[in-house]
Amino acid sequence: MAPIETDDSTTAAEVDDLRAARRRKAARYVVPVAVIGVAAATIGLVPALADSGDPDLPKVSAQELIEKIAASDVEQLSGTVKISTDLGLPDLGGLESSLTSGAMDSGDGGSSADPSAKLTELATGTHTLRVAADGPDKQKLSLLESGSEYSVIHDGKDVWGYDSKSNEVYHSTTSDSGSDSGKAEKGQDVPATPKDMAEEALKAVDDTTSVTVDGTAQVAGRDAYRLVIKPKASGSTVGQITVAVDSKTGLPLKFTLTPASGGAAVIDAGFTQVSFAKPAASTFDFTPPKGAKVTEGETIEKGAHGEHGEHDGSASGKPEEDLGKGLDGLKVIGEGWNSVATFDTGGEGMPSGSEVGGDMGGFLDSLGDKVTGKFGSGTVFSTRLVNALMTDDGKVYVGAVTKDALVKAANAG
Amino acid sequence: MSQAEAVRTSTAQAQAVRTPSVLWTFGLLRNEMWTTFRRWRTLALLGVLAAVPILVGIAVKIETGDRSGPGGGGGGAGPAFISQITNNGLFLVFTALAATLPFFLPMAIGVIAGDSIAGEANAGTLRYLLVAPAGRTRLLLTKYATVLAFCLLATLVVAVSALTVGALLFPLGDLTTISGTQISFAEGLGRALLIALAVAASLVGMAALGLFVSTLTSSGIAAMATTVGLLITIQILDQIPQLHAIQPYFFSHYWLSFADLMREPIYWDDLVKNLGLQALYAAVFGSAAWARFTTKDIAS
Repeated sequence: MAPIETDDSTTAAEVDDLRAARRRKAARYVVPVAVIGVAAATIGLVPALADSGDPDLPKVSAQELIEKIAASDVEQLSGTVKISTDLGLPDLGGLESSLTSGAMDSGDGGSSADPSAKLTELATGTHTLRVAADGPDKQKLSLLESGSEYSVIHDGKDVWGYDSKSNEVYHSTTSDSGSDSGKAEKGQDVPATPKDMAEEALKAVDDTTSVTVDGTAQVAGRDAYRLVIKPKASGSTVGQITVAVDSKTGLPLKFTLTPASGGAAVIDAGFTQVSFAKPAASTFDFTPPKGAKVTEGETIEKGAHGEHGEHDGSASGKPEEDLGKGLDGLKVIGEGWNSVATFDTGGEGMPSGSEVGGDMGGFLDSLGDKVTGKFGSGTVFSTRLVNALMTDDGKVYVGAVTKDALVKAANAG
Repeated sequence: MSQAEAVRTSTAQAQAVRTPSVLWTFGLLRNEMWTTFRRWRTLALLGVLAAVPILVGIAVKIETGDRSGPGGGGGGAGPAFISQITNNGLFLVFTALAATLPFFLPMAIGVIAGDSIAGEANAGTLRYLLVAPAGRTRLLLTKYATVLAFCLLATLVVAVSALTVGALLFPLGDLTTISGTQISFAEGLGRALLIALAVAASLVGMAALGLFVSTLTSSGIAAMATTVGLLITIQILDQIPQLHAIQPYFFSHYWLSFADLMREPIYWDDLVKNLGLQALYAAVFGSAAWARFTTKDIAS
């Protein structure tokens, strides 16, 4: 009796021991799990905590803020700009791209006669740019790519473009007439500085637009006011434009364009880091590396042209030329946000099918929706921001408006 | 009396073990490194790694020897920096690291890390190692330190081999950063060293993963194959655009961020992210390996 009892008790103790040991073993696995938990919490919570504090700033009216932007005279800065564009491509041509290149230049501290088709890559996806500026004569804009970089450097009368991936250099001087006209053209075409860009956006401000100051935000560690620009009437694909304006310098730090259809921003360009200190002088020094292929002057003009050609990625060069020709006869119907540009390509029907030929033609056709109206019939090409209607008799209507508004414009025109 | 004596001796022994513990650990580490690095397999791996820059260098030399024009006709295809090699041999270091980082280097790490524990178990030597009064935690740390040392050594082998080949085949001199600014050759060498360190640090997470896998099995081959298989899987998943939401958490996602060290000023964002991610992998899989290794029954 007694031995059995002891046996029982030892067995029970052993079982307990085993259990304890197993528990101790299991407890060790808590460590990696806890590490994951802490990491997840850090990743999840830190941005939330950092975001929560919208800065307390004295109230300003929209008018005051606009004046502040106009009075802004930031000449020295360096920073990093992140640009995300989601146009709902495949895109139609240079139309959205001219919009996006406007966004691209928002970070650019000045007007650089940029020579490259490279920068049109900005039309899709997320990109990181670095900008530096020191007065009107020295600017640098770099597009950071994986393992390489594309830089445009404006230093006094020299304008350099350097592509580290192919080790190619473009060079031009501002006294050079070609580049001068390039610059002038650029200046007229696209808002080059953030200031210009905000002014461009504000130019559209009339009775069709509401401009409000909607609280404050932190952008790149700086306190900023949020200026919201909204079309009043329906029919535009633009939902709203938000510009974050630095409270001290009046420099626009972030530009966001949200489509009326909702969803992610079409263009989201903003500083992730900015400094108003004078950039190191060596930043603007450029000597072509040994062995680099240097292309001089007039190629820049070509480059700028090429840029236009490249804009339409999917389409070939020919429709682009047609568009270019057609632009002479450009007319604008409507006003404000709902304005629709129209021109005659002079061709018969769309420059898709036969002209582009083969598979590409079919591809182009598949992008559009057939519509009919008083104007006849045509095809609507849609992106998230810009819609275009090409009628079968060769007229093109383009605008940042909905499909219905396009058809209405075509009916009226 | 005899009992008290016995107690005294055992305390003395314990003290004898404890007092030189730091030295002892170093002894263990030195021993471990010596065993690892002396192996033919390790030497063969290092040989393969050293051969990559030689091949790249010769290929670039032949390619540009055919044409009189400067390099760069490649249109930017191939690994980063490859178009600049002909003008400055130092760029061969960056190209070689960019070429070996996606596969050759981590594969070598996978072999060494996967073999570290499982290989001993496979050969039946693990229990003898554990007989030594080192403790499992210390043994594991020693193993991990050895793998990390191999990471650094492997990276330096690639870098030094590339620098030698670059100096022999191509001119050296001041170099242009990818941002277009000029830096002196000495600073370029400094950048090259920084890049080598960044590349070695990129492999820390992979090493911890391999060590963890190695504690799971007692077959060295299985552990190596699993580690390298995981590497390839992750590399493939990192290419699938639909997975972009989770890709920033793949250990290989920021590997090529070392190229940011060649920007002027250096772009730290991705480098810091990479280091943080590697530290996270090291912490998670290191502690998982510890939990597994300190609790498992060692039978062989």
